[in-house]
Amino acid sequence: MSKDAHENVITLAIETSCDETSVAVMKNGREVLSNIVASQIDQHQKYGGVVPEVASRKHIENINQVIERALREADLTFEALTHVAVTYGPGLVGALLVGLSAAKAIAFARGIPLNGVNHIEGHIYANFIEHKELEPPFMCLIVSGGHTHLIYMKNYGDYEVLGKTRDDAAGETFDKIGRALGLRYPGGPEIDKLSKKGNKEAIRFPKAYLERESHDFSFSGLKSSVLNYLNSEKMKGRKVNIEDVAASFQQSVIEILVEKTIKCAIEKQAPLIVLAGGVAANTGLRELMKKECFRNGLELRYPSIKLCTDNAAMIGCAGYYNYISGRFSDLHLNAKSNLKFENRKT
Amino acid sequence: MKILALDTSSPATTVAILEGEKLVAEYTINNINTHSQKLMPMIAEIIKSCKWRPEDIDVFGVSLGPGSFTGLRIGIATIKAMAQSLNKKVCGVSSLEVLAYNLMYIDGVICPIIDAQRDAVYTATYKWGANRLIQLEKPSILHIDELNTALASKSGIVYFVGDAVSKFRLRIEEKNKDVNIVFPTEDLLLPRAYVVGEITRQHALLGKVKNVRDITPVYMRKSHAECQYEERQLRIEKEKSWLVGQKKNKE
Repeated sequence: MSKDAHENVITLAIETSCDETSVAVMKNGREVLSNIVASQIDQHQKYGGVVPEVASRKHIENINQVIERALREADLTFEALTHVAVTYGPGLVGALLVGLSAAKAIAFARGIPLNGVNHIEGHIYANFIEHKELEPPFMCLIVSGGHTHLIYMKNYGDYEVLGKTRDDAAGETFDKIGRALGLRYPGGPEIDKLSKKGNKEAIRFPKAYLERESHDFSFSGLKSSVLNYLNSEKMKGRKVNIEDVAASFQQSVIEILVEKTIKCAIEKQAPLIVLAGGVAANTGLRELMKKECFRNGLELRYPSIKLCTDNAAMIGCAGYYNYISGRFSDLHLNAKSNLKFENRKT
Repeated sequence: MKILALDTSSPATTVAILEGEKLVAEYTINNINTHSQKLMPMIAEIIKSCKWRPEDIDVFGVSLGPGSFTGLRIGIATIKAMAQSLNKKVCGVSSLEVLAYNLMYIDGVICPIIDAQRDAVYTATYKWGANRLIQLEKPSILHIDELNTALASKSGIVYFVGDAVSKFRLRIEEKNKDVNIVFPTEDLLLPRAYVVGEITRQHALLGKVKNVRDITPVYMRKSHAECQYEERQLRIEKEKSWLVGQKKNKE
């Protein structure tokens, strides 16, 4: 299809995979007309993590008002929509189903196409919104509370997965250590803050490199080692320096993330590295990655914090590229809590 | 008045379209596939086969619950988003009432039971009087043993409907040998979208339809995590007041 055929494509995007009810209206994929994120973080804080049933209940309470706000802020009505994009996995199945059911209903009622989007893929596209000139190919590190993926993006919709975590996601490890340190949920931003005051070389925590040729990650060993350290200090009756633990733990995580990403970029001869996902908001990760990219003559891009964390704009952008390449979903589309991000070529 | 109505409170997905009092089409699938897979294609099919368009529909009706939490949310999210995007009104109905309508004009007590997991049911009792369904006992969650105890005091015939019948039929029969209990045939045990549509029509005639934002699921039960949290808070409070009491005693 010619480019003209896709002028002024208006996307309504819905994202409810975890604890944010988010709806965005996008123009031609990269222009954000509105991006409403109704966070439920207050609802989950007292439980120390996201409770799936509580999340689903908040989504259904919020979704229609968030849709209404997104349209109002974009100054558009349902008539203006070209298609609907929606996250169908991975995520909490009950939460996903609220957004997916609403998206299917709108697509059918308005007689417009539906485009299901993989949430992990969506994170990459946050960069296309932030950096208007950005084009594939590039090496992408996706790190969030649920995902840790190293992906070589050759073209839109064309990916090669080089590595992923074999156990916990990087962000999940941050949250678990945060809880052990008695920090507020989510632990990631809190640890990042504390790290700035701590000595990152105070404690040597292990880093798992796995097999020589592997680009996979593993964080469960590191997590156990931090928990063991906290336990043994407690047994000895010693007071733990939380800042030092936070800084040393964070350093272990980001060093391994940065090293593997740079190695992959060099192997793939990709001159550009892109960060995505909630953990891409981590200042320690950004700084170390910047330093290493500079040292290796690589370019680096990452989204602003608002686009790093879960939001519907990134889903809308990914959905737009699905739309213009003719990849549509039908009304049978179901939520897939463990939807994989696999090698794909279109 | 054109109505689209659905119910996803039980394992069966059911969709109907009505024009005034007339049932134009009804479509039920009662298999192991999820509501998410079945519901939207069924709506599309039923509307298409009657040559309607989505924008023809005046009012949207849905069962609010009680029932499977996820099932309810799929149905309600679907109805609300359709109505919202077409700028139409909605009507939410009780899934217990919907079940009671299956035994229209029957003489006796109607007792819908909907599976609430952990050996419990969502239930209420109804009877028919002068063309009108009358609620005898308010909706509640009862353990199957509590339900059996409550049954013992009933006189007259008690008719059971609802998806929990297959699960508890034997346990109910066994404990209530002296009560006159009837379990109707399978087709009468499940909710029907036609009934949701008919109740919606009656509400619409009385001007009792609502805006999309004003209907929410009727869970009748807090989430497991909320219950646990509240129990823990209660325990902490108790311990605190106990400690305060101890302190006072010492003084």
